Amino acid sequence: MKLVTVCGPPSSGKTAVILKALEAFADRGLKAGVVKFDCLSTEDDVLYEKAGIPVKKGLSGPLCPDHYFVSNVEEIVQWGRSQGFDLLVSESAGLCNRCSPHIKEVLAVCVVDNLSGVTTPKKIGPMLKMADIVVITKGDIVSQAEREVFASRVAAVNPKAAVLHVNGLTGQGAFELSSLFDDEEREVESLIGYQLRFTMPSALCSYCLGETRIGESYQMGNVRKMKID
Amino acid sequence: MINEIKNQTVGALLESYPFAAVYFDGHHVDTKGRESSTVVDVFSDFVTAAGEDAVTTADELLEGLSEHVQQMLLFLADDLDTVQSLGLLPGTHKDGTPENFTNITINSGETICIVGPTGSGKSRLLADIEWIAQGDTPTGRTILLNDQIPDRKWRFSPTHKLVAQLSQNMNFVMDLTVQEFLEMHAESRLADNVRDVVVRIIDQANALAGESFAPTTPITSLSGGQSRALMIADTAILSRSPIVLIDEIENAGIDRQKALQLLLSEEKIVLMATHDPVLALMGGRRLIIANGGIEAVIETTENERVILKELAVMDRRMTDLRNRLRRGERLE
Ligand SMILES: Nc1nc2c(ncn2[C@@H]2O[C@H](COP(=O)(O)OP(=O)(O)OP(=O)(O)O)[C@@H](O)[C@H]2O)c(=O)[nH]1
Ligand SMILES: [Mg+2]
Repeated sequence: MKLVTVCGPPSSGKTAVILKALEAFADRGLKAGVVKFDCLSTEDDVLYEKAGIPVKKGLSGPLCPDHYFVSNVEEIVQWGRSQGFDLLVSESAGLCNRCSPHIKEVLAVCVVDNLSGVTTPKKIGPMLKMADIVVITKGDIVSQAEREVFASRVAAVNPKAAVLHVNGLTGQGAFELSSLFDDEEREVESLIGYQLRFTMPSALCSYCLGETRIGESYQMGNVRKMKID
Repeated sequence: MINEIKNQTVGALLESYPFAAVYFDGHHVDTKGRESSTVVDVFSDFVTAAGEDAVTTADELLEGLSEHVQQMLLFLADDLDTVQSLGLLPGTHKDGTPENFTNITINSGETICIVGPTGSGKSRLLADIEWIAQGDTPTGRTILLNDQIPDRKWRFSPTHKLVAQLSQNMNFVMDLTVQEFLEMHAESRLADNVRDVVVRIIDQANALAGESFAPTTPITSLSGGQSRALMIADTAILSRSPIVLIDEIENAGIDRQKALQLLLSEEKIVLMATHDPVLALMGGRRLIIANGGIEAVIETTENERVILKELAVMDRRMTDLRNRLRRGERLE
């Protein structure tokens, strides 16, 4: 089974793009499934189900969503294999821009949208910097000039990535994206022993354990203070 | 390349490759006051200072910088300007029947119109061109540039985009003035003469729009016609894409014939998806799209050109009346 991790800021168009790409994938007689990782809630599973795509959703609730992702991704891969998928897509919302779910040796996609502003590419971090493919959406509503400036900022942050423009509404560019999924040769039987491309946040402070009160005496564990002149 | 840039000073690197500044900035590496340090030192110090917050290693930063420089050099090497013609070889309709043409070649400085109902396959045709289809898309079409099979780099490179698009729904979203906006675009395109280019674009846009605007106008407060005019002038003059797709440019507030002439004078290949007779008849040929494929290619006839002349007169009159209304004049 092939595996691809798709991430990107909230509402950047990940689901729209995946739906369109998987439509083209199914036209070739191939079978794909999706897992959606999110924090508090998501309706994405309903959208995938409507499109006839088998889907699992994982909500991290009180946990760090990225930690939750790595702790569950192997089980999801085994689920995907048991369903006989040719391709499993993992969609995760990039919640704090600090992390990325990208795994070494596994195709990594980042979805960003033209509306998010030209400084966004440099704010996003590893999610974008470490992706193999960057998909830019919502080009249908901004000017040609803004699209060009945005794409050049993406390229400056991640010069190695293939950059694709996909319209999540009309699906323009989605067939092309799906053909890159097809070109992917690496098959994943198990992720045991695989490594993340970038470390997750080192945490474990009292707030991770449920503390809600503010004040130094409640702060324990890995706590860091701002420098204020 | 890595070895070549590694031990250069940051000052020397930025001197030979000014565009590398975007890379440093994109990675939050501050080069101020470090001009005489080597690139590798600046990266190492940056990574050390970031400590456990470091996102990358110095080696990765170097590798990325070298990639960025190579890409930009490729971009500057100008092969976009060498696209003289776009060729199409037939594929099939949705039902598998072959498309009804042997080959279509469109040269730079030429306009072709695309007509057909929504859902007939216009977007797929455009997508085939952008992706330089080589029989590997649902239509099975083949796209040629200069009568040859083009390089695959066109497919993925953000800086080698083949097609620029202008459509009805597009708006400016940045919070900048016209001047600042054009400067930003010109810089990202590595234009040589930013100041002149910006002046030229504003002049051309004002010639297309009924109402003129100033360089200090915020782009988001331009009227519909002014925005359209600025987008067209900017695409004609600054965009490096050799092919321009126009999707239904609305007629209010802009001289469409001049707009098209501007694009053609910049040696663009212009594809227009439109059902507006004034625009459609301006093209020498029309592609008729139906059932997912090209059903026919028809040439604009002499009689149609006569109709175009009549329409153009009406169109000018409408534009003129509209402008006079705007200026508060009487129409009698
Ligand atoms: N105009 C336009 N809208 C788009 C495009 N792509 C997505 N959208 C819209 O943007 C909104 C968000 O898209 P989603 O696909 O749900 O975004 P997402 O990244 O999956 O969002 P989360 O999973 O909730 O983080 C939806 O209303 C989409 O219809 C596009 O290319 N153009
Ligand atoms: Mg989603």
